[in-house]
Amino acid sequence: MNAVIVIQVLLIAVVVLVVARLFRSRGARAQAIRRIGLVVFAAFAAVSILFPDVWTRIAHRLGVGRGTDLVLYALVVAFLSFTVTTYLRFRDLETNYTRLARRIALSEAPRPTDRDGDTPSA
Amino acid sequence: MTSTPTTDDVWLVVPLFNEETVIADVVRDARRTFPHVVVVDDGSSDRGADAAAAAGAMVVRHPVNLGQGAALQTGFEYARSVPSMRWVVTFDADGQHQVSDVLEMLELARSQDLQVVFGSRFLDDRTTPSLMKRVILRLAVGYTNVTTGTKLTDAHNGLRVMRREVVEGIDITQNRMAHASELVAQIGEMKVRYAESPVHILYTDYSKSKGQSLWNSVNILVELMFR
Repeated sequence: MNAVIVIQVLLIAVVVLVVARLFRSRGARAQAIRRIGLVVFAAFAAVSILFPDVWTRIAHRLGVGRGTDLVLYALVVAFLSFTVTTYLRFRDLETNYTRLARRIALSEAPRPTDRDGDTPSA
Repeated sequence: MTSTPTTDDVWLVVPLFNEETVIADVVRDARRTFPHVVVVDDGSSDRGADAAAAAGAMVVRHPVNLGQGAALQTGFEYARSVPSMRWVVTFDADGQHQVSDVLEMLELARSQDLQVVFGSRFLDDRTTPSLMKRVILRLAVGYTNVTTGTKLTDAHNGLRVMRREVVEGIDITQNRMAHASELVAQIGEMKVRYAESPVHILYTDYSKSKGQSLWNSVNILVELMFR
């Protein structure tokens, strides 16, 4: 029972932390953390190929029944953070894209003074 | 020229997206009172921008579709480049808004030295939105009031009058529907003198057929939460 609570608390804390972090930070540090995370993930993937039962051992230590369940949980967290990061990156991209498009629109628009002294066609 | 001294410093900003059938009439009608109308064509696929230009509006064309919030911001930046501009009015392209309401809002702003006047559908009983729409709009304004510290009755009304210094401080980054709340939030932060004025929104068959789906309120909420 106690062990189940450990993994539950841990998972919820990780989810909240990941989401909170990704919401607030977009700078070099956030990028570095993401990259370190990716390297650790890759290294661990290699290790778990060599020692397939490593997940199960970690799972037991954390209070999860099977290694596959732990992998699933990790995947959920990873996917969630990926979603949020991607959303934020697209938003930043969109902001830049909007500025660019607006600049083009404004520089191609007739100047407000062009029509002065003109008689409106309506 | 129909311009009078009282409307010569007013710029109507009209975001346009695929409203070819009505935009010319809307522009012509507005220009009987307001000589300066800037239509921001948001990458429409129809020929509405040409119709607007023919009707006498200054037309700024987004090369691609960016969203109504982006179109408003473009219109603001265009109007800001006019030194004689003193007021900006945001006005919908679909014919829901009345020029007479704008005149009343300007009168209110000038007489009470207000910097912003928001149009509201709920201050009198001329406008009759459906029950569902009413509920959603009330929830939306409740959310906006709580998060922005303003006290409004109708935050998602496209009709607004803003004085130059306010327009200069506005920077809308919410391209899509959440821009209305963002605008209110930025105005709220500026601590300006604002009021609401009753306006009549015409729910014609045309505007109903184009009307935003209520699902949009979900999208607005998400866009606001993840900003």
